Amino acid sequence: MLTILFDGVAYGMILFVLACGLSVTMGLMNFINLAHGAFAMFGGYVTVLAMQRLGLPFLWALPAAFFAAGLAGLVLERLVYRPMYARGHLDQVMFSIGLVFMSVAGADYLMGSTQQFVQLPVWLSGRFDVAGIGVGRYRLFIILLCGALAFAMQWGFTRTRFGSRLRAAVDDARVARGLGIPVNRLFALTFAFGSGLAGLGGALGIELMGLDPTFPLKFMIYFLIVVTVGGTSTISGPFFAAMLLGVADVAGKYLVPQLGAFIIYALMVVLLITRPHGLFARGRA
Amino acid sequence: MTNRRTVLSGMLGLALAASVSGAALAQDAVKIGLILPMTGPFASTGRQIAAAANLYIQEKGATVAGKKVELIVKDDTGTADVTRRIAQELIVNDKVTAIAGFGLTPLALATAPLATQAKTPMVVMAAATAIITERSPFVVRTSQVVPQIGAPFGTWIAKQGTKRVITIVSDFGPGHDVENSFSEAFKAGGGQVENIRVPLQNPDFSPFLQRVADAKPEALLVFVPSGVGAQFMKQFVERGLDKSGIKLIGTGDLTDDDILNGMGDVALGVITAQHYSASHDSPENKAFVEGFKKANPGMRPNFMAVGGYDGMHALYEGLKKTKGEGGEALVTAMKGMSWTSPRGPISIDPETRDIIQNVYIRKVERVNGELWNQEFETIPNVKDPTKAKK
Repeated sequence: MLTILFDGVAYGMILFVLACGLSVTMGLMNFINLAHGAFAMFGGYVTVLAMQRLGLPFLWALPAAFFAAGLAGLVLERLVYRPMYARGHLDQVMFSIGLVFMSVAGADYLMGSTQQFVQLPVWLSGRFDVAGIGVGRYRLFIILLCGALAFAMQWGFTRTRFGSRLRAAVDDARVARGLGIPVNRLFALTFAFGSGLAGLGGALGIELMGLDPTFPLKFMIYFLIVVTVGGTSTISGPFFAAMLLGVADVAGKYLVPQLGAFIIYALMVVLLITRPHGLFARGRA
Repeated sequence: MTNRRTVLSGMLGLALAASVSGAALAQDAVKIGLILPMTGPFASTGRQIAAAANLYIQEKGATVAGKKVELIVKDDTGTADVTRRIAQELIVNDKVTAIAGFGLTPLALATAPLATQAKTPMVVMAAATAIITERSPFVVRTSQVVPQIGAPFGTWIAKQGTKRVITIVSDFGPGHDVENSFSEAFKAGGGQVENIRVPLQNPDFSPFLQRVADAKPEALLVFVPSGVGAQFMKQFVERGLDKSGIKLIGTGDLTDDDILNGMGDVALGVITAQHYSASHDSPENKAFVEGFKKANPGMRPNFMAVGGYDGMHALYEGLKKTKGEGGEALVTAMKGMSWTSPRGPISIDPETRDIIQNVYIRKVERVNGELWNQEFETIPNVKDPTKAKK
């Protein structure tokens, strides 16, 4: 049973890394970016190409995926996202879902529709037993890496100068500009960071969730559930939401496989009824 | 007024002339409409079949019964309403002699009524649910029927002395077919079986695998969509289940020749049942695989390709018999036809218009640095067991 808990936590961690970039753009920048999964897929393909064509080891391919997706985010933010900031949410949804379809078709054209595979290094594959818990090495690696990331992000947004400037820029962009905060640059960096995280999540997820051109559509629903349940105003909200959903999904499928995928949706409905603004929402006026 | 009338009649004349010349052309050519998912999640199916059909025409020449064969390949993206619309266009506008392809069961089911209505032969080259051939007397199938593979495999596994099996299948039509046909035959052979279904869109298999690890069956039968199977196998090995004495088995979809090499060593030793392996040892298959690889560098033919290749053969031979005539005559000509395909001896059942073929038990092995499904046992001339019962 503890093995299930462990598997669920690892799965939740991946969900968190994939989704927290989205909660950053959605919560902090107030931009509905449904194309978030496209950046994740991009990171995944960068990893595959780096490992298969360039022969890069897996650990080097991960930062490559992060920076490549981040760079793509930076460029796209400049070119196509910025004009959309001032538009309504519906426009943003239409715009970004369009990007998703373009990315699906593009990936299909460039890489083919088949599943992509990566070979993990030997020390990351297999598993060992600790006190009756089967610990998959790769899953342990994910938990450690993503846990560290979550901690660093929470610290970055609440304790650093960058974080406070960003929060100021979000709360009132005009006043922040007046105080000399470079709002545009902050947003661009934040967007790139969120995209980079998505890319990293996509790279880490190849082994667990697979990678093919339908990735952004297939997993969009999971990111959205994490962000809606977790709320968008904090980092810890999506983190705990991802954990909860990961564990509930895995445990539910283990205990009552007949219900299958339904548990995650049922949980979402219950949580949204009891806490409509997310798990750790700040009080709203 | 007169002016307008002249223009109108002129146009009418032109249209008539065009239609007459069109009809004249149609008599010199045999058009075959090939409807396949060339993009989207099932593009691999479409690419394999199109490549094989083109290879067949390239090898046998583009004329049959004194007429020129024209292959019209259309992409339906794997969506049923698109398939139906394209089929309609091909039948009405292009006046095709036959429609062929059909990557998935819903696509074939959506089109079958059209084939009946237009009396157009419909050659199913991929879709594998049993009911398809019953939906129209114009359907001829050259791929496989899911229970045709599942049932003999269940019997064979039971004969090996295996007593306890868990099946994990994706929760959709072909998955249910595999589950039912395998379980029924396996139970009849004296085995015990537990069935688990997983959602079609399932990101992580760990809970199901953990369940299997705790239940410790002798073998685990898996059926999930082709690419996902590789994902599944990786997690199976990662969890150490390969070392726990649980045998991984499945229908050939699990170790699809198209992606088998990309899976790596995790696939080694997996036992599957299927009607075709690219490593099938026969002169026909050697020539087929060689020709296919030459025409499509970097690709290896899989069971989809052989369905397309044999579908073209059935059409060619049928047209030879009818001297290029389509309709009911063509369907009748294809009934009862038998020949040696790259997969071995096959025939079209004259009653059900479904394929009768050998089912092979295979094991994944590394030969000359590549992974292959090596056949080691043959179950000859298997008919669709669901129709045999009726």
